[in-house]
Amino acid sequence: MRTAFLDTLYELAKADRRIVFVTGDLGFSVVERFMADLPDQFVNAGVAEQNMTSLAAGMALMGKVVFTYSIANFPTLRCLEQVRNDVCYHEANVKVIAVGGGFTYGAMGASHHATEELGVMRMMPGMVVVAPADPVEARAATRAIVAYDGPCYLRLGKAGEPNVHTGPIDFQLGRAITLRDGRDLTLISTGGMLGTAVAVANRLAERGVQTRVLSMHTLKPLDEEAVRAAARETGAIATLEQHSVIGGLGSAVAEVLAESNGERVRFRRIGVPSAFSERVGSQKWLEQYHRLDETGVLAQVEALLRA
Amino acid sequence: MTAELDPVAPLDAPAAPRLDAREVAYRIRRHCVLMTGNANASHIGSSLSMADLLAVLYARFLRFDAARPDWTERDRFILSKGHGCAALYAVLAECGYFPVERLDTFYQDGSPLAGHATHKDMPGVEVSTGSLGHGLALATGMALATKRDGRSERFWAMVSDGECDEGSTWEAALFAPQHRLDNLAVIVDYNKIQSLGRVEEVLDLEPLADKWRAFGWATREIDGHDLGAIDAAFAAVPFEPGRPSCIVAHTVKGKGVSYMEDKLLYHYRAPRGEDLDKALAELDAAREAAR
Repeated sequence: MRTAFLDTLYELAKADRRIVFVTGDLGFSVVERFMADLPDQFVNAGVAEQNMTSLAAGMALMGKVVFTYSIANFPTLRCLEQVRNDVCYHEANVKVIAVGGGFTYGAMGASHHATEELGVMRMMPGMVVVAPADPVEARAATRAIVAYDGPCYLRLGKAGEPNVHTGPIDFQLGRAITLRDGRDLTLISTGGMLGTAVAVANRLAERGVQTRVLSMHTLKPLDEEAVRAAARETGAIATLEQHSVIGGLGSAVAEVLAESNGERVRFRRIGVPSAFSERVGSQKWLEQYHRLDETGVLAQVEALLRA
Repeated sequence: MTAELDPVAPLDAPAAPRLDAREVAYRIRRHCVLMTGNANASHIGSSLSMADLLAVLYARFLRFDAARPDWTERDRFILSKGHGCAALYAVLAECGYFPVERLDTFYQDGSPLAGHATHKDMPGVEVSTGSLGHGLALATGMALATKRDGRSERFWAMVSDGECDEGSTWEAALFAPQHRLDNLAVIVDYNKIQSLGRVEEVLDLEPLADKWRAFGWATREIDGHDLGAIDAAFAAVPFEPGRPSCIVAHTVKGKGVSYMEDKLLYHYRAPRGEDLDKALAELDAAREAAR
């Protein structure tokens, strides 16, 4: 996803001199081409995320389309008030990019586990929040947020994730993508959990459970109609995210369902408990630890279907 | 509240004749006393300490056109110490950005004139501030974008001394010299009193000018109430090509009203009743004496 994002941004920036890439001293071995070829559109703000974010807002107010870039919680939580006051309150055309959503940097410890920032960014007034599922969505999301004039948050994974989408997609901010349809259950996934959602749907299909799978790449604005349709047409919804069950996709979907008078639906949020991980490990290991791997998700979905 | 002031042509165009900075400073102070007094609002001391600096900047140096607040080539003043906004609103009104009567709505229900600088529905206010440590970095980004585009606008940010406690102020202070932003100047309103005590007793900033120099800023210290000294310093900006400029302005909190001067209390207390009358009388007397 990181490579897909950077390659796409490089192409866009070559054609649009308004685009500026501001990094918080991160991107070794991947940002050098941008730095060398587009020096007037590249800024290394140093290890100073507050200044990075405010100066990005300042540049945006002068007409630039500014990307701030760092890993995990650094471009969001470290400088949250700058995101709120300088970017969002000024409706500045700043795109906050985080590499390493969820447990991408699992072994690096709790400081590097980005498991609350989707909820926090979702609360920022005027902020569009996007968490693409794979490199295909990451490319489309990058183009979409450049075309959109206003604050955006883009949560990326890392490098080397496989594509989940096997063909071209119709990517629109605020519009869920349906990967497969079904009448018994809907799995709504955001970010890099989409592959797991598809795998679980395949397992359920083997026993005759037809599962709708939605990629909810945009958490805000949420595709509320897709949520209501899933409730109405499938009767059961599980949300899937590498994020706290508080504040992220699960909360966003729950808010819609709670206000959808008359929709009776079984519902479960599958994600990370609101607690720090007591052990570190690879992303794969932490997914197992938090029952976010295929087996764990399948078990949680089966519990929902039995409810 | 402004009816008895002499009508003066607003500073409405770059080529317009400039107002007398002393008169502008008087008017800023008078507006601030009335605005905070009528609203029972905080921060009169912080507004008065910066009045002379603001008056000289707007009357003599800032390139703007009040009739065209969005004019691309205007210079930008960024009030980082957003709590001093009464003075900013006052100078903008005097410059013709909006009617002076609008100052009467300061702090009032439904008004855009918030108690910290806000740009919403407020022509001439470039950015909203209020949380300290944001403004210098915002101005730095503006200056960087402008420099890279080969444009000539200049950027003036005003920070408080208490604001120099904020790490983000020093993040920006590191960044601007690295990028040789000589189109950027910071004015430190060094009135020596912050929210809960004297600066030297809370977090001593001394040697403050040397700190800015050490960070790479071309720095001068001035008496922030000596209009001639302010004028000379602003005229010399940028102090060195290739470096951002820093003006450490030694000021007095509450300057111009005897009972407020150098008093922590007037970070909070508003002039009311007899105090209000006394403040206005002192400002008027000083104005007459200077004529």
